[in-house]
Amino acid sequence: MSLNVKAKINKQSMQRFWESLRYAFYVMTHPFDGFWDLVHEKRGSLAAANVLLLLTFLTNLWSMRFTNFMFNDVRWERVNIWAQILGILAPLLIYCVANWCLTTLFDGKGRLKDIYMGMCYSLTPYILIMNPVTIISNFVTEEEGAFLVYFNYLALAWCAIWILISVMQIHDYSLMKAILAIVFSIVGMMIIVFLIMLFFSLVSDAIAFFISVGKEILFRIY
Amino acid sequence: MKLKRKIATALLGVMAVIAVCPAGVANATKVNTYTYNYDYWGIEYESPDAYKPVSYTDGRVLGITSFKGPQGMFVRDNSLFVVDTGNNRIVEIAVDGETLTVAKEITEFTGDTEVLTLSAPRDVYVDENGDFYVADTGNFRILHLNKELQLIKEITKPDSALLDAGNPFEPTKIVVDRAGRMFALAKNVNKGVMQFEADGNFIGFIGASEVTFNMSDYIKKMFSTKAQKDQMIDFVPTEYNNLYIDNKAFIYCTTDTFEEAALDDGSAKPIRKLNSLGGDILIRNGEYFPIGDIQYDWFAGMNGPSRIVDITAMEDETYYVVDRIRGRIFGYDEQGHLLYAFGGPGNKLGYFTYPISIVHIGTDLYVLDSTTGGITRFCRTEFGQLIHSALDEYTIGNYDGSAEYWKQVLEMNGNYELAYIGIGRSLLRQKDYKGAMEYFKVMRDVDNYSRAWKYYRKDWIENNLGYVIVVLVILGFIPVIVKKIKKIRWEAKEQYELECESKNK
Repeated sequence: MSLNVKAKINKQSMQRFWESLRYAFYVMTHPFDGFWDLVHEKRGSLAAANVLLLLTFLTNLWSMRFTNFMFNDVRWERVNIWAQILGILAPLLIYCVANWCLTTLFDGKGRLKDIYMGMCYSLTPYILIMNPVTIISNFVTEEEGAFLVYFNYLALAWCAIWILISVMQIHDYSLMKAILAIVFSIVGMMIIVFLIMLFFSLVSDAIAFFISVGKEILFRIY
Repeated sequence: MKLKRKIATALLGVMAVIAVCPAGVANATKVNTYTYNYDYWGIEYESPDAYKPVSYTDGRVLGITSFKGPQGMFVRDNSLFVVDTGNNRIVEIAVDGETLTVAKEITEFTGDTEVLTLSAPRDVYVDENGDFYVADTGNFRILHLNKELQLIKEITKPDSALLDAGNPFEPTKIVVDRAGRMFALAKNVNKGVMQFEADGNFIGFIGASEVTFNMSDYIKKMFSTKAQKDQMIDFVPTEYNNLYIDNKAFIYCTTDTFEEAALDDGSAKPIRKLNSLGGDILIRNGEYFPIGDIQYDWFAGMNGPSRIVDITAMEDETYYVVDRIRGRIFGYDEQGHLLYAFGGPGNKLGYFTYPISIVHIGTDLYVLDSTTGGITRFCRTEFGQLIHSALDEYTIGNYDGSAEYWKQVLEMNGNYELAYIGIGRSLLRQKDYKGAMEYFKVMRDVDNYSRAWKYYRKDWIENNLGYVIVVLVILGFIPVIVKKIKKIRWEAKEQYELECESKNK
């Protein structure tokens, strides 16, 4: 009996997960509706957002690895995969925090979770465009490949506009207010990075101080 | 919860797989060989010697007063002319295979002029008749002497509005074309190469650097006061430091006055090849511009990029430049690819303290060191000869013969970029597109790879046209089939719901 229930719940949650993942397609084509329902109708899920983010990492790595060398100047001895992932993850997370800090003060409706989900769902076009581009790059000549660059730009522009719309819909902002929110979020990101660096340098200074005090004491004793 | 945990596990798994992948940073090690080259990424790698230093000859060896700060060297047939600036003389050295013997010392001449001696000459040109053209810097004149050292003509400062009236005329370098036209460089003249007619008339300048418009400078100037504007460095056109005229009457010039930043975007152009109108026609098809060293350090007084002081071009249009900062010699082919670089700072044979001039006799190179006053002779090795044979075969259109030589080059140096591309080109001509692609890919030659790939793809499609059509047809039918399936499923669902409804009733 209990096993049956468990299996049923599992199946249900799995189904919900797939639905929320599939919802990314809907968001991609209907951003205004999509982002509104994503948080207000709870059609998105954190799990799906995580998967989308993971797919973004993988897309990034795949396109670095498998794009034809004609359009791709990656020197693998110099690549650090962790740094590559952090290059996407760190700005994204810091942005979410900065945006949340800001919008909470200026009556934004979104919670941190909603902001994170909005960001991740906005990355869908990147995943869906860059993977085919990577494959196609292996079948074209150099001249034909010039078009691939435009797809690259298209993917980035698409993501950028969708992020803007996600801010508008999640916080129930007007366009102007959303743009301002993003600009000030970027300022906030800089402040956060500054604080992190300040924190670490102070902590390391403090540790160094105690270590030298300890050493001094040891010298005096012996 | 369970789902989250599952996803987290999957995530960790992927991360673990990635973590296992080696992500080490390879350190570019400095090469230890005398000769080296640069790869696609601009990293030095070892190379067998293409040129070997074989002998060192200075004044003592020749049995004359040691050279004192010599500034130039010139070759006509089998004679070396060393311009011994510090001793106010020009020494003619006869080269007979291995042995160098002094043939003549020129310190004075006869003719109808006040001063009949040389004073700190800096360059000499000897034409096919044996006439001398001397840049007699200390006497502010260019001398044209005949074979018997009788003065034919003396050129002093031209009376031209193009020249700054305040500065004395101090010619430093001179070359002469077959028609007797003279091309000279002078101190404090930075408008290009001075051109004189055969009768000594000053015509004007050629090869002046094009003045480039700089937006950021313009904006800066808009907002700055007059005092600030005066402080700004004025745009100074390139001042050339050496000339070489090849047998097709093209003039090669070198310059070492440029800003380091200008090297990267190619606007510095330390090596130029001028046509008769003064346009720069040097071909720069290499992965990097011909600028000497691509990677360079800042220590031990050897700071910054290579400063090229002289150039010589062989009959096959390969050219050699010498860098005074690190005492290195760089060989380039006609297309601007670096063939090899060798040399270095030091006192051993094949190393230099302050090289000032490079010339060639046949395939041998002679490099003059200004500080030690010695001439180092370099001979081509088998490896160097193979490279040049391959280039020559390519020039005359024997591409397959060229590839044979490149294969031998590869046996001696598996890193040699031009060899891969040369073999790839030959394979491309033999319609072995796949093989060609492999060779081009190794050296990341995008243009050639793209061409080979285009033919390969065309062939493949032609050979597999049947499959291509079948696949295309199937792809065309997929949307139709999907639509059909969806419709059937929807109908079945309708049916099921209707049945449920009727059951409930």
